[in-house]
Formats: sequence, structure tokens, C-alpha cells
Amino acid sequence: MSTELVAGVPLPPDARNEAQRVFDADTHTINFGPQHPAAHGVLRLILEMKGEVVERADPHIGLLHRGTEKLIEYKTYLQAMPYMDRLDYVSPMCMEHSFVIATERLLGIEHEVPARARWIRTMFAELTRILNHLLNITTYALDVGAITPSLWGFEQREHLLEFYEQVGGSHYHVNYFRAGGVAKDLPAGLEDRIGKWCQQFPKFIDDLEGLLSQNRIFKQRTVDIGVMTAEQAMSWGFSGPCLRASGCAWDLRKSQPYEMYEKLDFEIPVGVHGDCYDRYLVRMQEMRQSLRMVEQCLTHIRPGPVKIADNKITPPSRGDMKRSMESLIHHFKLYTEGYHVPAGATYTVTEAPKGEFGVYMIADGTNRPYRCKIRAPGFAHLQAMETLSKGHMLADAVAIIGSLDIVFGEIDR
Amino acid sequence: MASCNYRRKSAGRGPFSVADASALHEMGATIAAAAGPSVEEAFVERGSEIVVRARRDMLRPLMLLLREDPRFAFEQLMDLCGVDWPERAERFEVVYNLLSLSLNQRLRVIVSTDEATPVPSLAALWPAATWYERECWDMYGVAFEGLTDMRRLLTDYGFEGHPLRKDFPLTGHVEVRYDEDRKQVVYEPVALTQDYRSFDFLSPWEGMTTLPGDEKVHQVRAERGQLEGPR
Repeated sequence: MSTELVAGVPLPPDARNEAQRVFDADTHTINFGPQHPAAHGVLRLILEMKGEVVERADPHIGLLHRGTEKLIEYKTYLQAMPYMDRLDYVSPMCMEHSFVIATERLLGIEHEVPARARWIRTMFAELTRILNHLLNITTYALDVGAITPSLWGFEQREHLLEFYEQVGGSHYHVNYFRAGGVAKDLPAGLEDRIGKWCQQFPKFIDDLEGLLSQNRIFKQRTVDIGVMTAEQAMSWGFSGPCLRASGCAWDLRKSQPYEMYEKLDFEIPVGVHGDCYDRYLVRMQEMRQSLRMVEQCLTHIRPGPVKIADNKITPPSRGDMKRSMESLIHHFKLYTEGYHVPAGATYTVTEAPKGEFGVYMIADGTNRPYRCKIRAPGFAHLQAMETLSKGHMLADAVAIIGSLDIVFGEIDR
Repeated sequence: MASCNYRRKSAGRGPFSVADASALHEMGATIAAAAGPSVEEAFVERGSEIVVRARRDMLRPLMLLLREDPRFAFEQLMDLCGVDWPERAERFEVVYNLLSLSLNQRLRVIVSTDEATPVPSLAALWPAATWYERECWDMYGVAFEGLTDMRRLLTDYGFEGHPLRKDFPLTGHVEVRYDEDRKQVVYEPVALTQDYRSFDFLSPWEGMTTLPGDEKVHQVRAERGQLEGPR
């Protein structure tokens, strides 16, 4: 190796040692994060570099581990809900969705949830998808050198978060989906406001695409970087946009439809190359499809109840509690003891913005889950970091992390 | 559990369509027949999810069959997790959730083990298994035979114990803070000024099967080998 460095000229022994020394200093291990802004949270990535080329990438995770699964075992089903928001904190409602459907399946009330509640949940799941992709695409662009998309994108995110606030009272951790429906009905006029937002959003996507899709710098940073073939993606447990970018036409909303997706008309964008650029393109197209779905949901939402009538599972109305002793007892029992879920187990999945978000829940007949394993899509994606980044430059590792859409709330749990 | 009055409009293969329950039973039987002695039991949970209980020592050939056989074609290992049942002889379950993209099918494979016995690692079949197995080791202390990278994954560097075991306290054993005098982060035994609230609101009429003073009857029954009510 050392002789190659000086173009094949035979060296005296001491000079050869000198070349060897330089070469050794050139292979080094660096800490990427946990405080690096491009690490998208608290990722400690140990990179073994040969010059500026990544030889080995070893992600150290768990710096945001809060023991969510353990905590859920000590809470009633209702009390466990807010923990779900805090998993993938950029798409809170999609996190609630899996937990809620899993609980409903175990309770056996999945098909009794009123249509209005199901349309509302579908609509907010899609709004959440846009919310998530907006954050991912714009910060991803920021990682590879573009600032404007994040400035524009965050304005749109703010509009969406206002819708969150109007239904759930909070910007992020809304705790809005509940087993048996949603926490409360949409406030008056919200459907019109969402409809109005939908009208202006296509213009924004066009602008965003104009900034990025054909941008020379953006393409140089992302095309052919971090390529994953379909077989590799499958064996690494990829799902969601990352799997679709590799050419697998797989979307749980189509293949294993839940909620109201069966009744919606939408398409699944699929990539070809499986590189960082395709992952970006898939997310971009998904936003357009999500917008279509939100518009369809708005036409389908009809007045009606937003939760099942069984007051053993959903709270009675405030008015009833003032008049009826039984309602008061129901309310008290629900918020102290909660509801008992029949013994059983389910692995329930939904298509979260990042991929397959699964909840493997075991109920033992009491009011608390016996086990609640959370399957986070980002966990599997980050694991493939070494495969994706080996042989690439350090700066490409940043682009790859951005394209995987990593959020540590869900990975570390 | 699933109510059967629900009809789907499309004939798609979905998790709850009525016609599918028998298809799932059939699938379970096919797997059991093809896998031979490595499958202890195959059943359909709540009419919608196929579950296979497998023998630990024959897990790897079973998984290989499930992945390679075109009748099953489970290309993806989506999830792997441990479950702790302290009262059982083999207290841990390791649960594998498989997904077939080509056949649109899911399968759950369960093996059991105890603290001392390792489970065959699937990292050679699915590289995705590596982190899941590391997590399972970290959380439950279930060892995986053939896993080259047996580091902890989610807990702190130098952490002791396996936090998701049922006998591990919710508070943990140590707490951590920054010591201004020593200018370093220090670990100390947990000293809570107030206990965690316990949310066990089970009413005695539902939760308690043995009334105070009535223990003897239950002891006698237990000796006769009869199981009593819910745990």
C-alpha cells in the first residue's frame, strides 16, 4: 500500500515508514453526533473513514430511550395513548392510529366505530402524512445545502398544526384518536378551513418541486447516493417510502386496507433506482396523493356520532353527566379503572408516513396492556446505514440520513 | 372476538373479511404440514392472524422454509420482540412477525426460552434481525446463538439488568444526575421522594379471585391441580 502512494518508485526503508505513517493517520474513526444538526436528533454514528470515504458506519441509538413500552405496561389503555404521540413526534396522529386500531381489535369493536369518526381519522392520518413529508423534505434539503424549502415548508406545517390544535387543543401531542372513535367532534367551520387550505397547497408543492426536483446541486447530492435494491430493501425490513423508492409497489393502505382507505381513490408512487433522489421523489408524489385523499374525505364526512355509544369504553357527554347518575359512574370508572380488554394478542399495522408502524399488543383481560411492542419503521431503516453509506463520502452519509427520514422518538422509544 | 356481520365490498384479501378465516386456517395447516415436527401448534388468533408455535431448536430451518418456499414466501421479517411470562417454566417468548409481500400474508412465529437457553439467531437469513435481537437481549436478556454482535442497543452504556422483565421495577435501580462539585455525571441508587402512582384500579370484585380468609380453599384446589380464574 505504502509504495503505491508514491507512484511505484522504490523507497528507502525509512521513507517507506514515513509513507505508512501518513496512511495510518488517514484512516480514522469519528463521532458523528449525537449533537450534530444533520443527525436529525440524537444519533451517535461512529464512522470509520478512509480519507473522506466511509468504511464502516455503526449507529449507536438509545440516547432518547424513555422506556415507553415499560411505561405502557403500567398504565391503562387510555392513559397509554399520550405516549404514542411522543414516539414519532412529527406525525403524532399516525402513531395513535396503530394503537387505537389494535385496542379496538382486541375489544372487538373495530367495525362498530361510526363512519364519521373513521373518516375524520383517515383525513387526519393523511394530513399528518403531509405534515411529516413536509418536515422531512425541507430539512433534508437543508442538510444538502438548500435553505429556502424549510422556510416555505414550515409555513404550511404551521397551517396544518393549527388544524391539529383546533381538534385536539394542542399543536403536537394531540391525543385525539381514541379507541372507539375520536376524542371530540370537529369544531364548526374546520372542514371549510381545511378545504380552503387544500386549494392553495398544490401551488406550494409546485413551488417546492421547482426549487428541488431539477435543482442541479440537489441532484448532484442525491442521485445514485445510498442505493438500495428491492431485494436488499426487503431483507433489511424496509417499508413505506423507502421500500417503494426501491421499486416495490407495496402500501398497506392498498394491500391491507384499514379504516376508510378502501373507499378512497389514490395512487401509489413507486421509485426505480432506490437512491436518495427517488426517496425524495416518492415522498413528493405522496404529498399530492395525500392531498387528493384529504379532499375526498371532506366530501365523505357526514354529520353523525364520532365515537361508539358504549360508555364503558368512551366517556358520556358532559350534559348526560349532569343529569344521569349512571353516566357519572361511567365517567368515573372510565377515568380511574379504564376498560378491561379481553385476553388476546394482535399485531396491528398502519401505513405511517415513514413506513409500517406496528403495535404488537398482548392483553391479559385486565385494564392494562400486558405487553405493547412498538415496531418503528425508522428502526429498520437506520439499521441499514452501513450498507447504504459504505464507500460513499462523509457528506453523502448526511444525505442518506436525511433521505431515510429518521426520527428518534420512534426509534429509541 | 371479531364480529362476523361485516361484509367487505371488494373481494380483496383483508384482515377481517369473513371468507378469509377458513383460508387462514388452511394456510396454518399447510405450514404445519410442510414444516413437520418443527411446528408445535398452528392456530388462527381472533379469526384474523395466523400464529405458529415453533420448536426453538428447529427455528432456523423453519424460517428458511417459510422464506424460500413459494407457497409461503415470507420475504420480510418485520418485527421481533420478547415477552416475559414469569410464571411459566420457560419464561420468555420470542415473537417473530413475518410479512409476505408477494402473497400479501402475515404470520406470527413464537418460540419460548428461559434465561439460560439461547435462541438461534436469524441474522444470517434476514440482516434486519440483528438489531431486533440485540434489542431483545438488551430488554429481556434472551441470548441469541450465532449473533456476532451482542451489544446492548437501547439502554445506557454500562447498564445492568434487563428492563422489560416483569420483575424489573418501573423506576429502575439507578438514577443519574450531573454533580456540580465533581464536574461529572454520577450514578446513584434511586431515591424517590414520592412513590410512583400505581394505576391498578381493579375493583376487588373483578380483580381478586381469592377473598381474604378464603385462601385455604384455593390452596387445596391448587394442590389438586385445578387452575383458578384469571391471574
